Amino acid sequence: MNIQINASDELVTVYLTGEIDHHSAGEIREEIDRSLESNRPKQLVMDFKNVGFMDSSGIGLVMGRYKLMQTMNGDVKIINTPNHIKKVMKLAGLDKLAAIE
Amino acid sequence: MNVQNEMKLSFLSNSVNEAFARTAVTSFFTQLDPTLDELTDIKTAVSEAVTNCIVHAYRDTIGPIQIVARVLENNTAYIKVKDRGCGIEDVKKAMEPLFTTAPEEERAGLGFAVMESFMDTLRVFSTPGKGTSVVMKKKLTSRVRHG
Repeated sequence: MNIQINASDELVTVYLTGEIDHHSAGEIREEIDRSLESNRPKQLVMDFKNVGFMDSSGIGLVMGRYKLMQTMNGDVKIINTPNHIKKVMKLAGLDKLAAIE
Repeated sequence: MNVQNEMKLSFLSNSVNEAFARTAVTSFFTQLDPTLDELTDIKTAVSEAVTNCIVHAYRDTIGPIQIVARVLENNTAYIKVKDRGCGIEDVKKAMEPLFTTAPEEERAGLGFAVMESFMDTLRVFSTPGKGTSVVMKKKLTSRVRHG
C-alpha cells in the first residue's frame, strides 16, 4: 500500500494505491490522521482510483476518519470508487455517512 | 456433494498472510472459469474469514490457520477456514452486523455480513477454547465449458 497526501487547511486529499486490508489499514490510518491533526481541514477527500482490493477493514478505516472529521466539524468525500469497492461500502451503509462518487 | 478437486493451505496467523491466503484461494478457483466479479467476491470473503482468525481467534498470540478449498459438482466453490483459537461464545451475536469485540482497532463488525452477502451459504461452527470453522459455498456461473 502506497499513500500520497495533498494537504491544506481547507482540504486534505488522500490518494490510496494497492490493497486495503487489516494488515495495511493501520499504517494508512496513522498517515492520514497525522495530516488531519496538523492541518485540521474542512474536508477529507479519499481517492480510491488505484485501490485494487478492499475488505471490511477499509470500512473501519473510512468510518474512523469520518468520526475524526466530525470532531473538526468537517466532512468526508470518497471519489473514483471502483465498483467492487462500492459494493462493500454500500453493504456497510457508508453512503449514508459520506458522499461516494 | 462430490469432491472434484481439493487443495489445503496451512499458515500462521501473521497479518501479512491475509493477502497471501485470499490470492492463493482465488487462484485455485480460476479453474472454474468464474467471472471477475465472482472471483472478487470469493477474495473478499476469504480475506474476512482469515482476518477474523488473526484479530479475534488468536488475539494476543500467533497460531495455525488452515484453509480447505474444494471444487464441488455444479461448478460450486467450497471454502473452509479453520482455526484453533479462542472460539466464539455466542455465534449468533457475533454474526450480527456491526457487532465487534475490537472497536479500538476500528473493526467495523462486518466480517460475517460480507461473507454472507458475497457467498451463497455461510456456516459457522465454534467451540469456546477449541476454535472456529467457517464454511462457505458459492455456485459459479461458468462461462463456456471446455471439454
